[in-house]
Amino acid sequence: MDIKVGIPRALLYYEYYPLWISFFKELGAEVIVSQKTNKEILYNGIINTVDEACIPVKIFHGHVMDLKDRVDYLFIPRIKSVFMNEYICPKFSGLPEMIKYSIKNLPRVIDTEINFFESKEHLNDTIYRIGKYISNDYGFIMSAYDKAHLEYKLHRKNIEQEKAPFVNEIKILGKTKANIGRKRRIMVMGHSYNTYDSYLNINLLDKIKSNKAEILTPEMIEERYTIDYAKKFDGDIYWTFARKLIGTALYLIDTRSVDGIIYISTFGCGIDSVVGDLVEKLIRRNSSIPFSLITLDEHSGEAGINTRIEAFIDMIRWRDVLEDNISAHG
Amino acid sequence: MKITFPHIGNSYIPIKAMFDDLGVETVVPPKCSKKTLEIGTKYAPEMICLPLKINLGNYIESIEKGADTIIITGGCGPCRFGYYCEVQKEILRDLGYDVDIVVLEAPEGNQIELFRRISRIANTKNIIKISMAIKNAIDILKKLNEFEDKVLKFRPYEINGNEVDNLYNELITDLENSNGSKEMKVHLNRALKLIDKVPLDKNKDALKIGIVGEIYTVIEDFSNFDIGKKLNRMGVEVHKSLSPSEWITDMLFFRSFGMSKEVKIWNAAKPYIDTCIGGHGRETIGNTVLYSEKGYDGVIQLMPFTCMPEIVSMSILPSIQAEKNIPILSLIIDEMTGEGGYLTRLEAFIDLLRSRKDKKQLEGVN
Repeated sequence: MDIKVGIPRALLYYEYYPLWISFFKELGAEVIVSQKTNKEILYNGIINTVDEACIPVKIFHGHVMDLKDRVDYLFIPRIKSVFMNEYICPKFSGLPEMIKYSIKNLPRVIDTEINFFESKEHLNDTIYRIGKYISNDYGFIMSAYDKAHLEYKLHRKNIEQEKAPFVNEIKILGKTKANIGRKRRIMVMGHSYNTYDSYLNINLLDKIKSNKAEILTPEMIEERYTIDYAKKFDGDIYWTFARKLIGTALYLIDTRSVDGIIYISTFGCGIDSVVGDLVEKLIRRNSSIPFSLITLDEHSGEAGINTRIEAFIDMIRWRDVLEDNISAHG
Repeated sequence: MKITFPHIGNSYIPIKAMFDDLGVETVVPPKCSKKTLEIGTKYAPEMICLPLKINLGNYIESIEKGADTIIITGGCGPCRFGYYCEVQKEILRDLGYDVDIVVLEAPEGNQIELFRRISRIANTKNIIKISMAIKNAIDILKKLNEFEDKVLKFRPYEINGNEVDNLYNELITDLENSNGSKEMKVHLNRALKLIDKVPLDKNKDALKIGIVGEIYTVIEDFSNFDIGKKLNRMGVEVHKSLSPSEWITDMLFFRSFGMSKEVKIWNAAKPYIDTCIGGHGRETIGNTVLYSEKGYDGVIQLMPFTCMPEIVSMSILPSIQAEKNIPILSLIIDEMTGEGGYLTRLEAFIDLLRSRKDKKQLEGVN
């Protein structure tokens, strides 16, 4: 019988799912991913987590509850750092502990530490320690990782190509009629587990699309750009999320490739309390791109979000006509 | 150059001593007050943690008193404390204050750069003069912390009432009025002798509580509504697990020194968490375990709202409470915290500890 490995569909799953899923599949395990976030998962998360935690962490607990009785192993790595000199978030470092001490009767937890803060030298070691739960064959584990990594790279490339922003397209269009009638492009910024979890953000992406606008997310910008632009930020950046979001903001300011920016943050997020503020200041100071911050929590009401998005997009459209400067930021 | 710095507990005294010795003019920010917090809350990002809001209030009040250079101690991740300096710089810039900000840290352990920055604010390159000033300041800080520890320890046992408080207030006034470390040391040594002579009723049955948590809220008595004094008044002996003197030696001479005390705390935390989660999260766990082993009656965890490392510790604490059989109360503080509700929770916790202890003693007699 195959070993069943459960992967919660939450937090960094949204960044790395092709890698994780195909790695365990290549190793011969059966991979079970929790259901998409739903009411029950959210509820289970809320009652099983300390009250002070942020909503994404609560949802993670809910996904663990969804999986724990149907798998042999739970994949909850301690992801401290995925990039040199950068951390993820303190809560991610303590995530295995938060789960273990909040939820009883867990299956075995794969809680290997992933920490590339100093270097990536021990990458192979880390992979081996994760793979060892399933197999003892070093070569087999490594080849499984290589295949999974190829898949992950392909996935990244697909996302980047899917909607790769046409730099300066808006500027080129200028004061033509084609510009006024065209689809607006909105950047939806935020942590990937907020932008891509459609239950948490109440279908925000679809809502924007149905308002005749297209979406861009930080993942769609090639990583080398965000890294390069983040270097221009004056100050030390030591969170991977911060680097990505600040890099994205500076990229957008420089290329002016979007009509508006919506930043999704969650209530009580320590990273967003800093990054959201820095990004907003950067955008307001250096450009005239409209910016809106939407904070989500377990009490978010759909009507309120609808109103804000409609108002935001209406404002962008009116701006072109009423202000008589077709490209306000071109 | 008029230098100012944020408040954290009484550490403004040794800092002032250091600059007095160096002959640099300082502006001590007005004592933290509701007004300080109000100013900070107004200009800080909405969701940022409490210490930044109070710090920002300190700076602005000092700038209004004429300060033109701000000293900040730096930090490194993973908690947001490391971004304090960037966020504060941006805010002060937006507000139009033209001030110099100097970050006191050894970036990546680079002591030379630290010294370069220090010599810039110290207005001298004389290494001996600077190191003497720092050494004296640390001495004063250590003595002051020793005194504060005794205040928290002795107050509940006092026979005549208010003697310790009077001594404490007198000392602070003396220190504030003195110039330079030499004078301060005289006052401190005298006070340390006097406090040991305060008549105490050692047979009094007082509860013992250890305070753990986020360092700023543990040390800065404005932010925690002077929890030490409140508990002392209820007849509780208090010990704070963190003190500025340890923190500053930690900060300046870089963590990975592995001081014996730190290692002991980490070992105590090991069964629950075996990695650094930023801030003082691991220390919170370790100290709680240590307090339970030392026979304390209860532990109080203090943290600012949304503090990331402490949230992780908070989710582990219930397991320690059950396994080590020690009641733990988590108190979360932000600018909306009302003193009345806070006091009620403290009183309820003390009542619980008291009846628990009485019950235990009764069982012991039978």
